[in-house]
Amino acid sequence: MNYIWNFQDVFDNWWALAIGAAGTLRLFVVCLVLGMGLGLIIALGKRSRNRPVRWLSTAFVEFFRNTPVLVQILWFYYALPIIAPIEIGPFLAAILGISLNSAAYSAEIYRGGIQSIEPGQWEAARAIGMSGLQTLRRVILPQAIRRIIPALTNRGVEIFKMTTLASVVAYVELLQQGKLIASLNYNPLEVYTVIAAIFLIILYPIVRLTYALERHLARSD
Amino acid sequence: MSAPVLRLSGFGKQFGSLRVFSDVDLDVMPGDRIAILGASGSGKSTLLRCINVLETPSEGRLELDGELVGQPSRAGDMRFSERELCALRQRVGMVFQQFNLFPHMTVAGNVAEGLKTVRSVKSQKALERAVAELQRVGLADKADTYPSRLSGGQKQRVAIARALAMDPEILLFDEPTSALDPALVGEVLGVIEQLANEGRTMLLVTHEIGFAYHFATRILYLAEGGIYESGTPDEVLKNPKRPLTQQFLAEHRRFQF
Repeated sequence: MNYIWNFQDVFDNWWALAIGAAGTLRLFVVCLVLGMGLGLIIALGKRSRNRPVRWLSTAFVEFFRNTPVLVQILWFYYALPIIAPIEIGPFLAAILGISLNSAAYSAEIYRGGIQSIEPGQWEAARAIGMSGLQTLRRVILPQAIRRIIPALTNRGVEIFKMTTLASVVAYVELLQQGKLIASLNYNPLEVYTVIAAIFLIILYPIVRLTYALERHLARSD
Repeated sequence: MSAPVLRLSGFGKQFGSLRVFSDVDLDVMPGDRIAILGASGSGKSTLLRCINVLETPSEGRLELDGELVGQPSRAGDMRFSERELCALRQRVGMVFQQFNLFPHMTVAGNVAEGLKTVRSVKSQKALERAVAELQRVGLADKADTYPSRLSGGQKQRVAIARALAMDPEILLFDEPTSALDPALVGEVLGVIEQLANEGRTMLLVTHEIGFAYHFATRILYLAEGGIYESGTPDEVLKNPKRPLTQQFLAEHRRFQF
């Protein structure tokens, strides 16, 4: 093949990609915080003694885990304004789709982590007078989170890459900007190559950071 | 005559249809040291765990310093609110067979945790107190170590310091030496003996009959779903009156030399 790669047109549009990268990072941070935060709450809900709470949490997990995120984003964008008087923009639709889906997945990770802690840890904490919530915060979660960091890292990476799905509702992020550049310059191959590289360049240091965190938490071994 | 610190009356526990023990009446006076003996499955650990309500008793009353703990429900069993449980457990400390130290905290962190989180003591003050308690069990030099670096005997001494830090009126020991190498049993029993000399009120579930004899002011032998025989160590261990107690002790003497 004698395809001549030409990255010049891509680099000439660096500012468009920079805007896209900013949009991607913004969506990522919001979805990471919301997804993992809500995931913890849902996980605790699944362990609740209250039956309706338990049932609702399970229903949430099964619904959002077993439907495609792409469809969820489209649905929030197009259907929500029809069934409820809420007009939502691409950013909000993407946040809802990605966060709720991630919450469903991370809830199961948290639940597994919490369950893996020996019952003796609960008992020891309760036996010095700690409440259930104090035990969770001081004794159970610190140990559970340490065990699930690799799984949560996976989830975080997945969230970062899922942000590209927001392009389906024309949210300004990397892929959306790439599509724009490609359609103007007829160079999809180069554009998507660069976009893949940008993802790798941003994600890899973040992942390395979680390794460092893991090592830091392993100091008590 | 002073009043009992702990009184159990009509105390019982069942798991589903399995009745572990029932109709247990017990007065624990200040300074009492009660050793609870019995074959495995006789319910001694369950009885101990019902006293700080790690297991919820199915029937009967639990009084601390003359005050009823929990509210009777319409079904007749006791209900305990979270607040009551937290208050009760600060007054009735427990040491476990498996130590159950918090592996992500230093030794001093383990001992200070209750003060910091439950009593809202300032971190610095709590750590000072923790080191003082560790001094008592001879482990002040291990304050900054993590539990994973300790021997079983040291772990159990830290667990005792952790319970002591809350200034409990009563200490419960649930087979504190059963998970230990024989060579490490002595150091833990030594600490418990030292607490006995300080006049602490303690209940001890154990298989160390020799230690029970020297340590206890009173022995309870559990069998047939309740307190089968009780009395001073001399009465129960030297001159047991009832057949199951005699059998149990004979079994224990079999391999003595």
